[in-house]
Amino acid sequence: MFRFILRRLLQMVLAFFGTTLIVYALMFAGQGDPIQALAGERPVTAAQRAYLTEKYHLDATGVGGFFYRYVTYLGGLVRGDLGQSLTGRQISDILAAAWPVTVKLALIALAVTVLFGVTAGVLAAIRRAGVFDHATLVLTLLVLGIPTIVLAPLAQYFLGVRWPIFPPTAGAEPSFWALLLPGIVLGSLSLATALRLTRTSVTENLRADYVRTARAKGLVRRRIVGVHVLRNSLIPVVTFLGVELGNLMSGAIITEGVFNIPGVGFNLFRGIRTEDGPLVVGIVSVLVVVYLLSNLAVDVLYAVLDPRIRYE
Amino acid sequence: MRVRRLAAWTALPLAVTLGLAACGSGGSGGGSSDPDAAVRIEIAEPQHLVPTNTNETSGSQVLSALFSPLVDYDEANKPHEVAAESVTSSDHKVWTIKLKPGYTFHNGEKVTADNYLDAWNYGAYAPNGQNSSYFFEKIAGYADLQGEKPKAQTLSGLKKVDDLTFTVTLTEPYVDFKTMLGYTAFYPLPKAAFSAPGVLAEGYEQAPIGQGPFKMKGNWQHDAKVEVEKYDAFPGQKPKVNGVEFRIYQQLTAAYADVLSDNLDVIKTIPTENLSTAATDLGDRFQQSPASSLQVLAFPTFQKEFSKPEVRKAISMAIDRDEITKSIFKDSQQPARSFVSPVVAGYRENTIGTAGSFDPAKAKAMYEAAGGPKKIELSYNGDGGHKDWIDATCNQLKANLGVECVGNAEPKFADLLTKLKQKQSVGLFRMGWVMDYPSMENYLGPLYSTNGSSNYYGYSNPQFDKLLAEGARAATEDEAIKKYQAAEDLLAQDMPVIPLRYGQNNFGHSTTVKNVHVDLFDRVDLLKIERA
Repeated sequence: MFRFILRRLLQMVLAFFGTTLIVYALMFAGQGDPIQALAGERPVTAAQRAYLTEKYHLDATGVGGFFYRYVTYLGGLVRGDLGQSLTGRQISDILAAAWPVTVKLALIALAVTVLFGVTAGVLAAIRRAGVFDHATLVLTLLVLGIPTIVLAPLAQYFLGVRWPIFPPTAGAEPSFWALLLPGIVLGSLSLATALRLTRTSVTENLRADYVRTARAKGLVRRRIVGVHVLRNSLIPVVTFLGVELGNLMSGAIITEGVFNIPGVGFNLFRGIRTEDGPLVVGIVSVLVVVYLLSNLAVDVLYAVLDPRIRYE
Repeated sequence: MRVRRLAAWTALPLAVTLGLAACGSGGSGGGSSDPDAAVRIEIAEPQHLVPTNTNETSGSQVLSALFSPLVDYDEANKPHEVAAESVTSSDHKVWTIKLKPGYTFHNGEKVTADNYLDAWNYGAYAPNGQNSSYFFEKIAGYADLQGEKPKAQTLSGLKKVDDLTFTVTLTEPYVDFKTMLGYTAFYPLPKAAFSAPGVLAEGYEQAPIGQGPFKMKGNWQHDAKVEVEKYDAFPGQKPKVNGVEFRIYQQLTAAYADVLSDNLDVIKTIPTENLSTAATDLGDRFQQSPASSLQVLAFPTFQKEFSKPEVRKAISMAIDRDEITKSIFKDSQQPARSFVSPVVAGYRENTIGTAGSFDPAKAKAMYEAAGGPKKIELSYNGDGGHKDWIDATCNQLKANLGVECVGNAEPKFADLLTKLKQKQSVGLFRMGWVMDYPSMENYLGPLYSTNGSSNYYGYSNPQFDKLLAEGARAATEDEAIKKYQAAEDLLAQDMPVIPLRYGQNNFGHSTTVKNVHVDLFDRVDLLKIERA
């Protein structure tokens, strides 16, 4: 187990540098005129242009320029310096402010997914072809069919403005309560997927030999479903949730925008819009680490769920 | 029985959620009925909060709370003194600025002439890379502060006379200099802002110290809010609210939802998608006021097919401005038929004459006689919500001129500018202009003079340049306006751009504030706003 984790950690270092290189190269290749992009439609003075060009080495172009800037960036990264965004703020400060709220939001979304998705999935499987099963099928199809860009403003309008149950926006230091609605909206998509996955998996396992054996031995149904079936059914769900955690953090661009949460998704969007290369690479690097870690956690969880799985 | 147990497990989280919901609805009123509570105003994340580095509306809105300008503008948009006792000049070249006594910075420092000189020198010095440094280019000695290693540290045109008086010498006489002084770039900076002469102290920007009606309450909380509270020692006109919370929004739709539920007090711009319902949603809390922006379609006059003024006028005549502003913009903008905005002195209605009246038959005849191109391209930046009106304009040109017309979206305005600088063919392109200070010159000089900073259409008319220069040197403001108007008439003959629409501030406020005014610079007037 220890050697497995160590090997994975070493692979992560490689994957980390690989992704930063690719993202940096993409930002570099797609870069038009970041100074003008920052100024919008206003004219940029020669002095301002010269100042920013020198500060961010924007005159280093071509392949040589790319490696010069990438190596400079990496040098800073190794020393723990993520650099400055084009507006002069330390990227580490931006990240420090953005991460906590995004993590909170993602965890709420994940909790919603697990709480409602897995429970409803199990219920639907037990009462297969019943009213509850059909109802959830229609509901999940509906949720899967509505994109967040529609769902989020609708939820905000109906649950925030029309019937003020939740505050319409969350802001920078939101209470748990203010984050609940965006969390539900964000989690709804993965909730639907988790529900369908759980249902299929549980249905399949309910017909398995070991369930029949257990029943023949006279085990109570609660124990059969709650312990034996659920544990065996959770492997695909956990795989899905592990990947989803990363998605929830990076993919909250729309939800964070609608509910005014200054998290990672928004900063990523702003970085891309203003062609702020260092900011985008900084955020993506951290996101890569989150993906890698959550995948590692999932792999380790497999062994917990199914003792037959060994790592060597 | 067992199933019921499971059902209970499902019901539990639901019940908890609903229970929490019930608790929450009681608390979430916003608590804004308190008359002493700070008013909450929507802004975007400012780029900077140093006066000479701030040239976008969110930053200047915050700075308008923290600083008091030398001059401000009255109802007719003429400048009047605020922090200045007097701004005078006999020849419009050497200006004497006397300060009102009694002003102090929020840290207790007395405001003196030195504070202005320090701030302006810092702003003009090229290696500081300040966004608004071009505001100082009219002051003598500006050229010596440019380049990578400037010859001088300070502007030779700035001289201190005594603690409350200083003189500004311009390189050329400029009649509108007093008007310029209302801009954000001309605020003073306290000694505390500098760690050494000419070096801005690190962290000043996080909690700027000004001499205005409000002082910072804590630091600038990036992406969240900037809070200010009343500064009691302020000698000027006192604000009617105790404090302001500038709340930072990424999307206007979020701010709009907050205003609807009294969670936010003022939204300065109603999002386009809510414009059609704003009047019903907000009633008389949805308001409009004139803004300075002007939207135009510009011609690359260096391209042969657009070099004839008749072609340009015919295209202008084939566009039904009134219809587009009504059906696409829901009257949130006004049709434009002049090259300057109605908000400046010297504006005249309909200076483009017949070219501004919609006349498809005449337009087509004129277009064909002048041999206009069979295919027209309209370029715009795809990130600014311009597609609808560009498409509508294209359809009008198709129908009225019998030409092919396509809209061409560039990802960003910067991409459009890059193509124009390389003189690539982009067809007609859209441009917007927001004034820096209320003067006709600001609408004409940068956009149409041969060396204008935003003259992307290659327009050059020596007669126009001459008239502008004469206007700047004129003895009185009225004489200057006459020259500028003559220059505008030249533009009407040449039509390098087609004026389309004037902007408007479309703002809204909650039920808990009143007397909300948004000025020409898209800033809420913080001295007038009060709790309802």
